[in-house]
Amino acid sequence: MTLAAATNEHLASLSNTLIYSSMAVYTLAFFAYIAEWLFGSRSKVARTAAALTADAARTASAPAVTVKQAGGTTVLERPKVVVRSASGARDVPDGPGAHGGDEQGDLYGRIAVSLTVLAFLVELGGVVTRAASVQRAPWGNMYEFNITFSTVAVGVYLGLLVLRKNVRWLGLFLITTVLLDLGLAVTVLYTASDQLVPALHSYWLYIHVSTAIFCGAVFYVGAVATVLYLFKDSYENKLQTGGKPGRFASSVLERLPASASLDKFAYRVNAAVFPLWTFTIIAGAIWAGDAWGRYWNWDPKETWSFITWIAYACYLHARATAGWKGRKAAYLAMIAFACWLFNYYGVNIFVSGKHSYADVGLGVLRTAGF
Amino acid sequence: MSKTDTDNSREQEDLGAAGSQLSTAPREEPANLPGLGVIGWTRWFWRQLTSMRVALLLLLLLSLGAIPGSLIPQTGADAGKVEDFRAAHTTLAPVYDKLGLFHVYSSVWFSAIYILLFVSLIGCIVPRTWQFVGQLRGRPPAAPKRLTRLPAYTTWRTEADPEQVREAALALLKKRRFRAHAAGDAVAAEKGYLRELGNLAFHVALIVLLVAFASGQLYKSDGTKLMVEGDGFSNALPMYDDFKSGSLFQTDDLVPFSFDLTDFRGTYEVSGPNKGTPRTYEAKIKYSEGAYGKEKATTVKVNEPLKIDDAKVYLVSHGYAPVITVRDGKGKVVYRDAVPLLPLDGNVTSQGVVKVMDGYRDAKGAKDQLGIKAFFLPTYGGPGMEIASAFPALLNPMLNLEPYHGDLGVDSGLPQSVYQLDKTHMKDFKDAKGAQLRVNLQPGETMKLPDGAGTVTFEKNIKEWAGFEIVQERGSGWALGGAVTAIFGLAGSLFIQRRRVWVRAVRGADGVTVVEMAGLGRSESAKVPEELGVLAGHLYDRAPGAPDSGAASDADPAETPDPQVVPAEGAEK
Ligand code: HEM
Repeated sequence: MTLAAATNEHLASLSNTLIYSSMAVYTLAFFAYIAEWLFGSRSKVARTAAALTADAARTASAPAVTVKQAGGTTVLERPKVVVRSASGARDVPDGPGAHGGDEQGDLYGRIAVSLTVLAFLVELGGVVTRAASVQRAPWGNMYEFNITFSTVAVGVYLGLLVLRKNVRWLGLFLITTVLLDLGLAVTVLYTASDQLVPALHSYWLYIHVSTAIFCGAVFYVGAVATVLYLFKDSYENKLQTGGKPGRFASSVLERLPASASLDKFAYRVNAAVFPLWTFTIIAGAIWAGDAWGRYWNWDPKETWSFITWIAYACYLHARATAGWKGRKAAYLAMIAFACWLFNYYGVNIFVSGKHSYADVGLGVLRTAGF
Repeated sequence: MSKTDTDNSREQEDLGAAGSQLSTAPREEPANLPGLGVIGWTRWFWRQLTSMRVALLLLLLLSLGAIPGSLIPQTGADAGKVEDFRAAHTTLAPVYDKLGLFHVYSSVWFSAIYILLFVSLIGCIVPRTWQFVGQLRGRPPAAPKRLTRLPAYTTWRTEADPEQVREAALALLKKRRFRAHAAGDAVAAEKGYLRELGNLAFHVALIVLLVAFASGQLYKSDGTKLMVEGDGFSNALPMYDDFKSGSLFQTDDLVPFSFDLTDFRGTYEVSGPNKGTPRTYEAKIKYSEGAYGKEKATTVKVNEPLKIDDAKVYLVSHGYAPVITVRDGKGKVVYRDAVPLLPLDGNVTSQGVVKVMDGYRDAKGAKDQLGIKAFFLPTYGGPGMEIASAFPALLNPMLNLEPYHGDLGVDSGLPQSVYQLDKTHMKDFKDAKGAQLRVNLQPGETMKLPDGAGTVTFEKNIKEWAGFEIVQERGSGWALGGAVTAIFGLAGSLFIQRRRVWVRAVRGADGVTVVEMAGLGRSESAKVPEELGVLAGHLYDRAPGAPDSGAASDADPAETPDPQVVPAEGAEK
């Protein structure tokens, strides 16, 4: 064995260790998020119900210029902007977050985020060493794809936190699925790092796959928000019609942002990556044009990317169409994300098994994993 | 939902024209059925087709319609798979055939969906473009009566004159690239027209994209050619192994050129976890353009096709072609050729058939045909590793031959693959133990056929072959242009807010000027109030507040940094 091969094996096993370590830290973060939710539940928060049952005459009154008397001189404050939500929208305040305003809950939440950062860095290390061990981008097989994907998803979440977006409530849901994703990766999908890939050295392919993974991670964040929106919306509906939701539902949903905020967050996230997703497909087409001779071949991956794209376009159109806003649009967003998932897992498992090496001569050069 | 709708219309009345035309989206009209004969129905149909609701429906249908094509074998992608499917599902296949499910993307119903979608798209774009032009020519609508009802609102009292305030507001808004004008006691301003422009550009780009794609499909040609080192090709229909073309393609459209494959070279990673991974594939060729062009040499690589006019020559596959010499019972050479073998795996384990059709006579001098199955390992890994090659390059080649004789069936008229042996009329050659004869040969070695039936030699110079795909497709430049425009248009459409700002300044009953500012976005967004706050801050500096008569000092005493945005209860942040 050559020296280079030895370093590679060393890197590969280092990568495995890092991935397992990150799973351990994610598990700790998971428990910290749980603690945040548990402590938060002690405080009584029932703002949604209060807002929905309060008098309708609560809409903003005209603001007045505030005058402060300070030692005889009159200091005028600058005018304040009063914001009204659109008519028809429920005026429900956002929940306080998982900690529910509880101080100890908040502390656990902060610990959870810190642990998430640590786990993210360890996992990132795992992905980078894996890439170094195979001397190519870390997405040659589904194991590598899974670890890269979850790293990016957590990165997107942390990025939103850094941008001071109110998204800490996503933490528990996200980390739970990240743990599932990694569990799947290290058990079912694990592939030793000596997987062969053909020498398709095209930077378009690199651009294409890396943006695809990023888009997927962002779509995933949007999908989580959409699911939560659907729950919160039915909760608010129930309260509004005088129903009494269960205690567990109230305890969880009270702390989430208002359904309108969740809906808007999901829309922003999905709309923001849609152009990038469009670009991803085009980059793929350009690569296909260089490698296969035709830029569009209707192969299953391309077809499902197209279906996903159309599904998200449907969602964006639905939001602009009267009568389709709200829940209906949210269902479309869920369908669109399901298409994305199917494209990455379903097509690899169910479809390409039949299609790969369709014609062997071409197949050898054409197998790129994506 | 119905509650929301009624609320919206009430709101619309409140705002008057202020919120109108903030987008060019078609208004949703109730689907009242007309009773007005053909014209009424046509108009009704057209209105339905160009409504957002139907566009949405067609989009959904398009994505649903694309699904079967990814799950059912398609003739365009792999005709062989379709044949297998037909054989396996005798009841289902005719139904699929009727529905065009073996060629979904060119089926009648799939075309119907996208053609309807694009008619709808055009029907949508044209009026929207006019409307947009109208909006550009016109001016932002005047301030609504009650600015307090708008999503973002602020007010203060100042000692400056109302005219002064309005002038300052106009200057401020213009400086910030709003389209602004004074109308009555207020200034009306609007910004973010690029959103609409982007949206229109995006939808137009989709049409360009589709037209480019469709014409590409109609005029395209696409053929493959397998060439052993030393072979030549000229771009004419009979030269292709396999050829497909669009329905409007004509043979004359083939770009005239020719080329010879002089050398194929593949290099592979020799160690490490990626051992065997291809590093480079290169086909050295000599080509000439036109019928009598000058010969030029070049190299075609995997992602680097040779481009000649509209035609592109891609390197898509490669394999080995051992040179085989067959001598008959009399010792006469009846066959000597490079036999291209098809690779089975990444290490180029290959197989194929040597077919000796004419001239061969057996030991007794009788006419016969030979079919020899060939199984080839470019790198034989040693005893016990006969099943698969250990490395893709020619390190230790080994050829396994399995000869048969009889009728090859090539004259039966049925199309036959050159890589498969139809053994129905063939007989085995038996070895000493009475089993099918199978021999492993190294380069230069010769196999004897039993009973003096001849010899087969595996020659030392093993050739390589390269598979080329020659594609001619028009309009890919247009498709790329459309795609790039689509991305930019989309970004503009999704990231730019179109919003309006009004500033009203009037003298109050007590002689002090009351300034009111309000903002309205196309959709609710935190940016609108923020921007209004900034604008208000600047205007406030020009028209500072006047002390109030004291009544209002009960306002929120909390200090908030400038520009202040106070959400009303329940408003979104
Ligand atoms: C291939 C088909 C189509 C795709 C992929 C597509 C995609 C999109 C996207 C991504 C947007 C941006 C949505 C937003 O602003 O949030 C949009 C907006 C819009 N689309 Fe389409 N579209 C298609 C066909 C159509 C058709 C057929 C119509 C006409 C009936 C149409 C009418 C509109 C209108 C009016 C808007 C603007 C909505 C607004 O300003 O609120 N689109 N489209």
